Amino acid sequence: YASLYFCCAIEDQDNELITLEIIHRYVELLDKYFGSVCELDIIFNFEKAYFILDEFLLGGEVQETSKKNVLKAIEQADLLQEKTETMYHSKSFIGFKKAY
Amino acid sequence: MVAPSLKLQDLIEEIRGAKTQAQEREVIQKECAHIRASFRDGDPVHRHRQLAKLLYVHMLGYPAHFGQMECLKLIASSRFTDKRVGYLGAMLLLDERHDAHLLITNSIKNDLSQGIQPVQGLALCTLSTMGSAEMCRDLAPEVEKLLLQPSPYVRKKAILTAVHMIRKVPELSSVFLPPCVHLLHERHHGILLGTITLITELCERSPAALKHFRKVVPQLVQILRTLVTTGYSTEHSISGVSDPFLQVQILRLLRILGRNHEESSETMNDLLAQVATNTDTSRNAGNAVLFETVLTIMDIHSAAGLRVLAVNILGRFLLNSDRNIRYVALTSLLRLVQSDHSAVQRHRPTVVDCLQETDASLSRRALELSLALVNSSNVRAMMQELQAFLESCPPDLRADCASGILLAAERFAPTKRWHIDTILHVLTTAGTHVRDDAVANLTQLIGGAQELHAYSVRRLYNALAEDISQQPLVQVAAWCIGEYGDLLLEGNCEEIEPLQVDEEEVLALLEKVLQSHMSLPATRGYALTALMKLSTRLQGDNNRIRQVVSIYRSCLDVELQQRAVEYDTLFRKYDHMRAAILEKMPLVERDGPQADEEAKQSKEAAQLSEAAPAPTESQASQLLDLLDLLDRASGDAQHPPPLDPSPGGALVYLLDLPCAPPPPAPIPDLKVFEREGVQLNLSFIRPPENPALLLITITATNSSEGDVTNFICQAAVPKSLQLQLQAPSGNTVPARGGLPITQLFRILNPNKAPLRLKLRLTYNHFHQSVQEIFEVNNLPVESWQ
Repeated sequence: YASLYFCCAIEDQDNELITLEIIHRYVELLDKYFGSVCELDIIFNFEKAYFILDEFLLGGEVQETSKKNVLKAIEQADLLQEKTETMYHSKSFIGFKKAY
Repeated sequence: MVAPSLKLQDLIEEIRGAKTQAQEREVIQKECAHIRASFRDGDPVHRHRQLAKLLYVHMLGYPAHFGQMECLKLIASSRFTDKRVGYLGAMLLLDERHDAHLLITNSIKNDLSQGIQPVQGLALCTLSTMGSAEMCRDLAPEVEKLLLQPSPYVRKKAILTAVHMIRKVPELSSVFLPPCVHLLHERHHGILLGTITLITELCERSPAALKHFRKVVPQLVQILRTLVTTGYSTEHSISGVSDPFLQVQILRLLRILGRNHEESSETMNDLLAQVATNTDTSRNAGNAVLFETVLTIMDIHSAAGLRVLAVNILGRFLLNSDRNIRYVALTSLLRLVQSDHSAVQRHRPTVVDCLQETDASLSRRALELSLALVNSSNVRAMMQELQAFLESCPPDLRADCASGILLAAERFAPTKRWHIDTILHVLTTAGTHVRDDAVANLTQLIGGAQELHAYSVRRLYNALAEDISQQPLVQVAAWCIGEYGDLLLEGNCEEIEPLQVDEEEVLALLEKVLQSHMSLPATRGYALTALMKLSTRLQGDNNRIRQVVSIYRSCLDVELQQRAVEYDTLFRKYDHMRAAILEKMPLVERDGPQADEEAKQSKEAAQLSEAAPAPTESQASQLLDLLDLLDRASGDAQHPPPLDPSPGGALVYLLDLPCAPPPPAPIPDLKVFEREGVQLNLSFIRPPENPALLLITITATNSSEGDVTNFICQAAVPKSLQLQLQAPSGNTVPARGGLPITQLFRILNPNKAPLRLKLRLTYNHFHQSVQEIFEVNNLPVESWQ
């Protein structure tokens, strides 16, 4: 995965091979979101990496097995964020719109 | 007044730009000061940005606890950006061990009920990540409501939150159990997956729930069957396998439901066979499903054919080029080797090949599995492989390999000689890695194999001559040479090429061991004792030995010094007892007394017959007469008491531990016979460790002008005592005070019966054959009381 290393802690009875699939799915999601993800993407957008993870896993279990659905959910959250920012900033007179 | 704060990405860049640790610390400390100031001032606009920066710094390992309250404020804000960062902060910074975390319970409650899906998602996510037991109890009703919501997005999250809640508060199972069966009818994969996870959690926690959910086995089977038989679906397939995550989860639940339950297991059998045979194994996803299937098959009551199929799948995994798959195969086979031994045996060659793996975790497991597969029919082949592995294996595996080989050899050795050879090989290859008791085991083994004494001592001598650095080997070799030195010098042994060893070589070797800086103190102790023993086994004079012993009297090592002093004293003052004390050791006790008793009895029988050399008929009958005489005389009708298993033990203590040779018995010596210058003396020893034992040494001296030859001494005691005659030191006493003959009698008298002793002497003197039979009078009372 081009200089990306992942470490996953699992329980005794967990299936190691499916864990590998989980890691692989997560990288695919990051890849789709960032477009050819690399180390720097994750460093500079660490909170996004968390948000994506939180749409894929919940409380340590897989919550959504469809790549499409996960990405859709992130998209909707990002849209909502943008919408509220626009609304928010149009109310105040400090006008910059860039995220963070 | 307030400087515009750094954007998150700018801060990250600045931190990464720092060239040293100190520089990084400086940047971070400066920024944290700004952040703290900003928090104090309560700037709502940039709060989320400040917290985001703080979270980054926290990830690097710096303290960030002062951000905890800000998380609360951000969560309570209505702005989605704030909530996103605030909830993330809560998951990273708030900790259920500190009470502060409870403060977000109210915010979560509000967010759960206000109906904006992304916000509800955030709240549920946070709750299932860091929710403590109290929070879970408070919010259970809200989550329960969300289980019934129409939106799959929220429902799937609510289900998994319920899983977390049950883990924290098991009593909530009753709340979340009822909706499960209904939820199983959903078609949304996410909901289905969550439900199955929830059911799995419920069943693992409560046998009642387990029973309840057995009734859904047919439904689960159906769901899985549909998954497997439907074709490719873009949304959920991975390399041709339909939703492997869901498949694996279902298989896991089936495993739990089918365990120990005949009926459920039967319902699943066909499906499991189908999955096992039809899954595409070209990529990891398929193998993951196959692996879970195998685990399920092995855990439930499956048909025998299915079990064999499962083990064969694992065997195939062993040949897979992917290291991860070989790893899971080895770990699983290790778990199965006890229960399905014959099925796993079939894959033995593949397992043995895995010993050559370069990866350490693989070779370790291959080693464990190989050792578990050794049985009496394959032991020779397996040992060969394992010994080859021992020679080339990485150092951290050596100890385990060596002890594994030794254990297996002990359990399955086809012959004693093979066993000794194997241990010898392990000691020479990996001597420093064997466990401490290997030395004791080997000496005990050799001691017990009388027919192999000559062979063992010869092989050990050769090994020692080549290399004196491997301590366990040196210790065993020294012990053997000491014990069986006479056999070593005899020169012929059928199983090995004849080797001419002369006394000087043997002594030189032992001295080399003594002086070598590589020898441990314990090893040197062994060598010194061995030298001492050789003083009675070798024919030559003992000057060299006496010299060595005498040198070590001033050795700095206290143990060696003590031994040397005692041995030296033995030479000087108690020379008549030397032969007795340094005689061959009886078999050292190991397992129960039972095995030992038989060994002792056979040994004693052998020695009794030794002590009556080539008896003619008349002599034998006369000896029996002797015994009868005594029996009738004593009128004691007791049966001989059972063998005390520890007389050998007493002698062990004498020879191997730092205790003084038996203290000079307060029992005075007794002169029992004299005729024409030939005298017979008895000396008595009662070892304090064993009150039932009496050691009598007879010493025959000759002050006459003629030699005494063919000297034979026989003895008899009452039936209630037991007598053992050791081999005499010789059968000639040269004239004019030549070297006396000594012989040791061992008498067991546990009942403290009065000691009576009858002796029969035969010898040639002045060209006449002499025979004397007499009972010893005036035996000191202390010898038997």
